[in-house]
Amino acid sequence: MNTPACDGAIWDIDIARHYRHGQRRFDLALQINSSAGRLVLFGPSGAGKSQTLQMMAGLVRPDRGHIRVSAQTLFDSAAHINLSARQRQLGYVFQDYALFPHLTVLQNIAFGLARGWRNPARNISHSEVERWLLALELQPLAGLYPAQLSGGQCQRTALARALVTGPKALLLDEPFAALDRPLRLRLRDELRDLQQQIQLPMLLITHDEDDVAHFAQDIVHLAHGRVHAKEQS
Amino acid sequence: MDGAWIALLLTLKVAGWATLLNLLLGVAVGHALAHRAFPGRSVLDAILTLPMVMPPTVLGYYLLVLIGNHGPLGSWLQATFGINLIFTWQGAVIAATIVAFPLVFKAARAAFEAVDPQLEQAARVLGVSELAVFFRVSLPLAWRGILSGLLLAFARATGEFGATLMVAGSIPGKTQTLSIAVFEAVQAGQDDVAALLVGLTSLTCLAVLLAAGKLAPGYTTRQTPR
Repeated sequence: MNTPACDGAIWDIDIARHYRHGQRRFDLALQINSSAGRLVLFGPSGAGKSQTLQMMAGLVRPDRGHIRVSAQTLFDSAAHINLSARQRQLGYVFQDYALFPHLTVLQNIAFGLARGWRNPARNISHSEVERWLLALELQPLAGLYPAQLSGGQCQRTALARALVTGPKALLLDEPFAALDRPLRLRLRDELRDLQQQIQLPMLLITHDEDDVAHFAQDIVHLAHGRVHAKEQS
Repeated sequence: MDGAWIALLLTLKVAGWATLLNLLLGVAVGHALAHRAFPGRSVLDAILTLPMVMPPTVLGYYLLVLIGNHGPLGSWLQATFGINLIFTWQGAVIAATIVAFPLVFKAARAAFEAVDPQLEQAARVLGVSELAVFFRVSLPLAWRGILSGLLLAFARATGEFGATLMVAGSIPGKTQTLSIAVFEAVQAGQDDVAALLVGLTSLTCLAVLLAAGKLAPGYTTRQTPR
C-alpha cells in the first residue's frame, strides 16, 4: 500500500450544500480524505451520494468548501476557484449510462475527442477509440445504436466513452445497478482489474454491500448527507 | 393564366422566408424558454403564443401601428435606411412570420424539454463547449419535433390571409398571394380563375404533406434494430 502524506491524498473533499425542494430540506456536509485508487461511497438512497458525485463533476456547485483530486483544485469557495464541468477533465459514468441515442457506439465513444460543433463521423478512426473498443470488446458493436445494445454493452460503451479522453479520475454512479447478477459480478471484477492496470483513480457510489466488498480499497459510509464511518479494506 | 403561377411563386417565396425566419427565431426562443428559468417566464410564453389565438386582422392592425409610416419602427426604418415595409412582399413575410411563429416556438420548446438533461450533462463532462452541446446533442434530439412545427408553420404561412392583407395589401404580382388571389377572384366573379387557384393551392398543400411524410420516417429507421 502506498501511504502518501496528508497533502498527497488523491481525494480531498470538504463540501457543504443546502438543498430545498418546496417543503423538503436537505443538508449535505461531508469531508473525505483518501489516497485510495478505488474509493467507494456507500449508503442508502437519499444519503447524498449522487449529489456528491454531481458536485465533484462540476454539474452542481457546492455552497462552500473545496474539492481536490490528485492535488489539483477543482473547486475552492475561499479562493473563488470553480472549474466548469468541461475543465475538470473527469470521466463520469452515469447510472443509466446517458448514451447519446442518435449516435452509434463508435460515435458515442469518440464524442469527447471531437472538438467543434459537429459530431464525430460514423467511420471515425482514432487510436484511442480503437484501444478502448478492443479493451472492452466493443468492436463488433461499433456501428450499432444504444437502443440496440444490452445493459452490459451499454455499460461498457459508457465506460469507454469516459476513458477515451484520458481523464484524471473516473466517477461512477451505481454502474452495476442496472445489470443482472452474473453480469454484475463479471463487470465489477473487470473494472477492478482495469483500475489496477491503468492506475486511474476511481470513485464509485453504490448502495450494494457486495460492490463494497469486491471493489473498494477505501469505504466511506454516507447517511443523511453526512459521513457516517470510514474504513479501509 | 400567368397570374396564378406568379401568385403561387410569391406565396412559396413568402412562406419560405417566413419558415426560415421562424427556424432561427422559434428554435432560439424555444431553447431559451426550455432551459432558463426566470421570473415572468409563463407570461412571456403566453405573449409569444398570442399570435396563434388572436384574429389575424388584430395582428395586422398591431403591425400597421408598429411598422406603418407613422409607427415607431416604421418611421425609424424610413428615416434611417429609407425602407418601407407596408405594401411590400417583405411586409407579407413579416406578417406570415409572426402568425406562424407560435407553431415553431411551441414545438421547439416542447422538443427541447423532452431531451434528457442528463445527456446534455454527459456532453459537458466530456469537455465540449455549450454551443457544441446544443448542436451535437440538444438540436439533433429535438429535431423531429422542431421539423413538425416548421411544416405546420409553412402550411400556416401559405394560407395566411388577414394580417397579410392588412400589411401588404393585394397588389397582383407584388403582394397578392394565393389565398388573397382566391378571395379577389371570387369577389370579381371570375369563377374560372378562382377554380384554378383553389386547385393549385390544394396541390401545393398535398405536396407539402407528402414531403413531410418522406422526411419524418428517415430518422426513425436509423434507431430501430436491424
